[in-house]
Amino acid sequence: MSKRKAYYASKMKRATHMLFYRRHKKPGVKGWELRKALGADYPKVLSILDNYLKPLDLQVKTVFEEEKPVEKPTLEQLDKARFYITLRGELTPKEAKMIGWRIDDLAGLAITIAYIISKKGKAPRKEVEELLRDKLPGWKVSLNIDRYIRYGYLTQDENEQLYLDWRTRAEVDQKALIDMLLKGEAQTE
Amino acid sequence: MSSKREKAKIGREKLQRIIEMCRSVEERSLDPFLVDVDQIIAVVREYFPEWELPEDLCLDAETIHRLASVIKLQSEWVKHRSTSLYTDPFLLEEKIKSMNGEEMVKVFFKAWHPIVELEQISLHSLIESMRYWESLVPLKERWKEFAQPEVAAGSATREELIRERILRDKAFSEELESFWQELKNKVDEKGSDGKIRYWDFVGAETYEETVRRAFMTSFLVTYGYATLEIRPLEEEIFIKPMEKPAKTTKKQLVSIPIAVTVEEWQKWRGKSK
Repeated sequence: MSKRKAYYASKMKRATHMLFYRRHKKPGVKGWELRKALGADYPKVLSILDNYLKPLDLQVKTVFEEEKPVEKPTLEQLDKARFYITLRGELTPKEAKMIGWRIDDLAGLAITIAYIISKKGKAPRKEVEELLRDKLPGWKVSLNIDRYIRYGYLTQDENEQLYLDWRTRAEVDQKALIDMLLKGEAQTE
Repeated sequence: MSSKREKAKIGREKLQRIIEMCRSVEERSLDPFLVDVDQIIAVVREYFPEWELPEDLCLDAETIHRLASVIKLQSEWVKHRSTSLYTDPFLLEEKIKSMNGEEMVKVFFKAWHPIVELEQISLHSLIESMRYWESLVPLKERWKEFAQPEVAAGSATREELIRERILRDKAFSEELESFWQELKNKVDEKGSDGKIRYWDFVGAETYEETVRRAFMTSFLVTYGYATLEIRPLEEEIFIKPMEKPAKTTKKQLVSIPIAVTVEEWQKWRGKSK
């Protein structure tokens, strides 16, 4: 193995440890932490790792501080961004059950996220509860919203307004979700 | 003269209503275009020559500030509508309602890429924790240091409890009532317009006593025995005793933090001397 290859192999190993194992309360690693551990060329290490993960249906996901994705990020933007390992493709309903989600709860999450997006990223909790109550039992609605908040999909302010939180930004392709909902692509499977 | 006063009164009411309307648009995510900006500006302009008092000018500034926030919301609304993420909420709501849970989940799976995260113990951390365990002193030994001597139960008199500062020599409500009386007397002696400067009332010879008085004053205000008047432009706070304690309402109370620091106390002492 060439010196250069060995160098990147060892950096990739370190990056894998940092990204896969939770180090803080929230998963993911900040760019500056990666720079400290891997050196200034950490974006390159991450790009090699991303290629390596492709056949395994995983990816290195970058979530910038700004809400919208950045096309050509500066080093400063990268340092402030958070990096995660996420699934590259899709889960099947059976797999979702394996990771602890009931179909009703997931559908509720999808509806809530879609509704908040359509309302410019902010919606009163009461409105969301009303929407969910249409299909979920009343006692479950509030519990579910609290659960989505606890998991980091949503956040709530003192006026009971719901917003999308860090996990939605990391895990959900918001544009794709809305497009598919409007096209009604449910029958594709 | 009285018609000028009347006009100012109507103007104040109108500005208050505008502020309330803008606030509800902001807080309840209502359509910001419900606010007719031109009409509001016309109202603000109409009454601006009437304002002479700082409070009225503050009200005018607050109205402009609230209006600016609504204009910002309008601009965000336009920006959002022009992006590809914009979806008519009614259309989406209809779509959501017409889909069943399973369909919804299938759509969601296409846009959901959950984070992969692992929690696993390693051999290294196991060995480290075992080392820690070995060096950890048993609880029995650690707690020995903090063992409290057992004291036989006995009875204490009211005087003893007052001496230990567990009980006060007066009930709190009595103490508050006499403090309220003291405030009224001070306002009669040193105040004007039925009020007195906050620091002239709470300030005392020692810093400790000043803190105690500030603490008691906070209860006077909370329980409706007195009210605070704040003049932000002049950076002055006045306290005004009520004739009768005001009834507590269900309206949300507002906390007003007032720093009672040694520096502030020394400044007041310097001035009062």
